[in-house]
Amino acid sequence: MAFTPLFAVCYRLMPPLILLESPAVNLAGVPGVNMSQEYLVEIRDLNFTYDSRPVLTGINMTIPRGKIVAVMGISGCGKTTTLRLIGGQLKPTSGEVRVGGQVVHELDADGLYDLRRRMGMLFQFGALFTDMSVYDNIAFQMREHTDLPEALIHDLVLIKLHAVGLRGAQKLMPAELSGGMARRVALARAIALDPMLMMYDEPFAGLDPISLSIIGELIRKLNDALGASSIVVTHDVQESLKIVDYVYFVSEGKIVAEGTAEEMKNSTVPYVHQFVWGEADGPVPFQYPSRPYGEQLMESAVRRV
Amino acid sequence: MSRTTLDLWVGFFVAVGLGALLFLALKVGNLASSSSGETYAIHAKFDNIGGLKVRGAVKSAGVVVGRVTEIRFDPEAYLGVVTIEVDARYKFPRDTFATINTSGLLGEQYIGFEVGGDTEMLKAGDTIKKTQSAVVLEKLISQFMFDKAAEDGGKK
Amino acid sequence: MYNSVVRALRGLGQKVTARIWRLGFASRFFLAIVLHSGTSVRRLSLTIREIYFTGVLSLIIILVSGLFVGMVLGLQGYDTLARYGSTEALGVLVSLSLVRELGPVVAALLFASRAGSAITAEIGMMKATEQLSAMEMMAVDPIARVVAPRFWGGVISMPLLAALFSAMGIFGGYLVGVQLIGVDEGSFWSQMQASVDFREDILNGVIKSFVFGIIVSWVAVFEGYDAEPTAEGVSGATTRTVVTSSLAILAADFILTAFMFTGT
Repeated sequence: MAFTPLFAVCYRLMPPLILLESPAVNLAGVPGVNMSQEYLVEIRDLNFTYDSRPVLTGINMTIPRGKIVAVMGISGCGKTTTLRLIGGQLKPTSGEVRVGGQVVHELDADGLYDLRRRMGMLFQFGALFTDMSVYDNIAFQMREHTDLPEALIHDLVLIKLHAVGLRGAQKLMPAELSGGMARRVALARAIALDPMLMMYDEPFAGLDPISLSIIGELIRKLNDALGASSIVVTHDVQESLKIVDYVYFVSEGKIVAEGTAEEMKNSTVPYVHQFVWGEADGPVPFQYPSRPYGEQLMESAVRRV
Repeated sequence: MSRTTLDLWVGFFVAVGLGALLFLALKVGNLASSSSGETYAIHAKFDNIGGLKVRGAVKSAGVVVGRVTEIRFDPEAYLGVVTIEVDARYKFPRDTFATINTSGLLGEQYIGFEVGGDTEMLKAGDTIKKTQSAVVLEKLISQFMFDKAAEDGGKK
Repeated sequence: MYNSVVRALRGLGQKVTARIWRLGFASRFFLAIVLHSGTSVRRLSLTIREIYFTGVLSLIIILVSGLFVGMVLGLQGYDTLARYGSTEALGVLVSLSLVRELGPVVAALLFASRAGSAITAEIGMMKATEQLSAMEMMAVDPIARVVAPRFWGGVISMPLLAALFSAMGIFGGYLVGVQLIGVDEGSFWSQMQASVDFREDILNGVIKSFVFGIIVSWVAVFEGYDAEPTAEGVSGATTRTVVTSSLAILAADFILTAFMFTGT
């Protein structure tokens, strides 16, 4: 198995108690990853059309190694679609997504699965396997993709659980976890194979303020500890601006603004300003598109007369 | 549920299921009695086979000794040719008399062997010479009516 | 007038093409299951787990229903046969109707509503909560890991359940006929053995239940995999599993019976 040596390295580098303080894991030596490139993910002129409705048009995006990039926008603007295109679950209508130098949609099934083993994804509501315990959820990928002995898997699972602070919850079933805990378990599962690219789909949705900042902090720390690169798709501005390095704003399938977190906070682009400061009306209108208000009122008045 | 209890239950389930199949095959069906070993084929020609069917029984002295395996029509002699698989344990003389009988008044039809006195035995591929066709009920009734009418006519 | 006719025709055409498209999709899905069945064999524990959920958990309903169906057959059969004075044929009547028809068909109908609906609901919920998507992103094929073991678990369980149903039914018929009413025990069993043929009757019954197992499992996993990923979508798919597979079982039963039990 191609991953066994990597695991051995991790195991030596990260004794259970000091994961977050340990030096970054070197990804050199992972097959197919060209370490010389500056960007892990490059998206060029990406278009995606669903049922002849354009979802994404002309997206250009780069994710530098070791950085956390946020993709922000209102619900339904095509953020999740972007993640699925990077993960190869959807094929672009035109343009391309390159991950580690490979064009994702040109890979065959085996190549795609090879690539996905080096990606971790946190789904919106965790998507834990409901018929398995927390422990088995995290061990899932290790058992599927490696032939590590069960004793080693046990230690690795504990490392991951310790990293998210839930070592004590290993025997629980997903139904017994709170929303925040489930999200942390899912996070532990996503990093099970020490991915080079982490994708977060709305990691903050529906969490209480405490869990919110825990998850935010974990995203940052795990990214730095793993030496990975991360994409956070979110509409939670305040929490994500605290942790990310770079931000893309997406509206109606187009990138309308980009820049560092600081630049975004001070941005004068109307859409960004509305979004960052959470204003009810602006370029994104409060009113659902309709005929002019006065016209509609007059019409019913005329009918009454 | 732990792996071992699960395996145990599934093992139990498969065993009971196979047991049910075995029960059906041996106790309900005729697997035990029908396919017991070797057979040899002989033929018999009948003027009329009546309602005889493939897989019909062949009995001698009321005991099942074989099965009908094929029924076809001989276009030259205009006879029905029946192929019979006889249990290899039983030998019958060459002048055995094959009749088509009915079990009960309206029951299934079967072939009955009445044993003759020949010292030579039937071999595989032989044809039984002496046969008696099935009794056709309509013929029997019309014959009876005809005789009755003739009798009444004679008296007048 | 003209317009409404055109609209009705278009609606009809749309429905027909949608159905045919779905059937084609289901067939491709079936092919995908068969092609991805390697995992179900290589990691037998996955399939064994599903045999537990589909087979073992259906045992009670199958055994109890089988017993009652057999007892009813015993009572009704005796009532009818008594008119012709041939009550010794009760064993034949009970066993033939169970082994040829009722065993496979009723067991399959029960199986569809007990296990088929559960499979659909489970796969549908896994889809709705993005578990299948998550599995795909972990480079694990959900068809090989989730769908195929459930399919084969159902296919293996079905003939065993049908055999148990028939055996239990014959036992029920025996209880009522011999123990309760007092039909002669010897002729009950001997007439049964004389007229139930292993190949013609029992083997054909097993083949039937095997085919029904494929139908129910196929419909169940397909409906679950194809379900709209919402709570309403999953409950709708569960209902569709029971309705579709029941109708398919009865239609297939007619076709199989026509091939198996005519002529000779």
